[in-house]
Amino acid sequence: MAIKVKVVDRPVEDVSYIRAALRGMSLTVKHLFDVNGRVTTQYPEEKSPISPRWRGTHRMLTTETGKARCVACGLCPTVCPANCIKLVPGEDEEGNRYPLVFEIDEFRCIFCGYCQEVCPEEAIHVGRHYENSEYSREGFVYDLQRLMDQTHPVCEMWDPEDPKGQ
Amino acid sequence: MTTLHVAPALLQAVDPNNDPVTGGAFFWFTVLKMLIIFTIYMVGVAMLTLAERKISAWIQDRHGPNRVGKGWLQPAADGLKNFMKEETMPAGVNRPLFVLAPMLSFLPALTAWCVIPFGAPIATRWGRVDLVVADLPVGFLFILAITSLGVYGIVLAGWSSNNKYALLGGLRSSAQMVSYEISMGMSTIPVLLLAGNVTLNSIINQQAWGGWNVVNLTVAFFIFMVAAFAETNRLPFDLPEAESELIAGYHTEYSAMKFSLFFIAEYASMVTASALMATLFFGGWDVPFTAHDNIGPYSGWLSLLSIVIFLAKILFFLFFFMWVRWTLPRFRYDQLMSLGWKVLLPLALVYIVLIAAVILGLSAAGIEDARLKAAIFGSINVALIIILFAIFDRGRVISPAYGRMPAQEIEKLRRIDRRRRVAAEVAK
Repeated sequence: MAIKVKVVDRPVEDVSYIRAALRGMSLTVKHLFDVNGRVTTQYPEEKSPISPRWRGTHRMLTTETGKARCVACGLCPTVCPANCIKLVPGEDEEGNRYPLVFEIDEFRCIFCGYCQEVCPEEAIHVGRHYENSEYSREGFVYDLQRLMDQTHPVCEMWDPEDPKGQ
Repeated sequence: MTTLHVAPALLQAVDPNNDPVTGGAFFWFTVLKMLIIFTIYMVGVAMLTLAERKISAWIQDRHGPNRVGKGWLQPAADGLKNFMKEETMPAGVNRPLFVLAPMLSFLPALTAWCVIPFGAPIATRWGRVDLVVADLPVGFLFILAITSLGVYGIVLAGWSSNNKYALLGGLRSSAQMVSYEISMGMSTIPVLLLAGNVTLNSIINQQAWGGWNVVNLTVAFFIFMVAAFAETNRLPFDLPEAESELIAGYHTEYSAMKFSLFFIAEYASMVTASALMATLFFGGWDVPFTAHDNIGPYSGWLSLLSIVIFLAKILFFLFFFMWVRWTLPRFRYDQLMSLGWKVLLPLALVYIVLIAAVILGLSAAGIEDARLKAAIFGSINVALIIILFAIFDRGRVISPAYGRMPAQEIEKLRRIDRRRRVAAEVAK
């Protein structure tokens, strides 16, 4: 193996430690006194805006009478790639289908938004929301009531003015 | 001079401006000074951790700690956390040394403070009180002796931890601190030559009359400063810790308050080094551009002013320590060694000879005027700095490992290589 010593001949001002150090010191002191240049977002007080297409934890929309809009058609558990939606359909005396059990395991959910896309009644939605914390894993299995109680805004799967994403 | 009205009878017996306190009053004043120094020192060190975090944050365009009491209570929160944490004792440690090491690293920095004068003397009704805990006649030698003990704590911590990273940190630290100790001691000899004495009070007095040593002995100041950075293990010389290489170096295995003590020790030695720089080269508590503070009559206000001035000088150096830490990257090990042995030490030795010759020349020429002397020293230093800058500006001076190889050396290596290849061909 041949010894290849590549010597780059740089000008003195590029290789001088003293000048580089002084330049660095002047740069840091400039940042030190740059009060308006502080970029940290003070998180709990300040929040960065999130996209209207943000897909977070779910929300079930309700009718004017306060019932879930879901008709238990079974499309969302079918389409769900993570298999996180548990739906047991029921039927009342008038023959209207409604969910007896509707649970979403938010830990299994991959937040693809297919459930919202497939829902014929526009009942289940993914939400524009990201602050979730619980004391137990079970806390993340949202039942129907919990899904209906959520108030955060829901995801806009597409821009209404530009539905095809052009 | 309000004390005059308070106790005229006592004042006739003791002149507060000249006679130092004696007897029981001396004891109580010493205890008081120790308490004050210790309290201010420890609180100051705690606040320094906050200052470091704030300054690093600002330099990096962040806000820094601002939650616990708007950030001001952060040191208290950290202290509380460290007290509450579990003390781990890893398997295979040498227990007595493992416990002793943090104390040993903290004590020298604290002890050095007892000979550093922190203000002009105060005139009290019991006599003159020098604002220094112990005005040792060997003052500066005591500091040199004590601060060099700081390496014990780090080496013992590295060795007793039974951890290879800690041991490497300890080894690096011993090599580094021993190397820079020499340059540090040598760089202060010109100061002692000018003062003609080793008591810190006489060094300050000499600077009060003859101009600050930063003008008289600029090169020595720079050597001392670089050595002080190395002695306190601060960036760009933080090889003993070197978190990107050695996890945390010598304190890898430490936890809770023992770890915290190492942290305190680092800041304590920073404060001590800053105080030494201020005392040896920036006139200590001397109020700049005035002469009336150099000589009595001493008063409380004057002492207070001098203390504030001294604190301001220390704070400036502490800020400088932090500023440098968050700017410059770490030296490589060989660069560190060659900077210490091949640059700073010879430079310090040459500088001692030069300054001694100038002092001799000045006294032979009969020049006594302090300003003229300072001007001569200053111009010599300016000339020297220009020369040194021209030499060190070439780059690569302190870094032999990637120094430029001469063409014939490269040719020689290539020839050896060619011969080997031919031999290999023949062997086939």
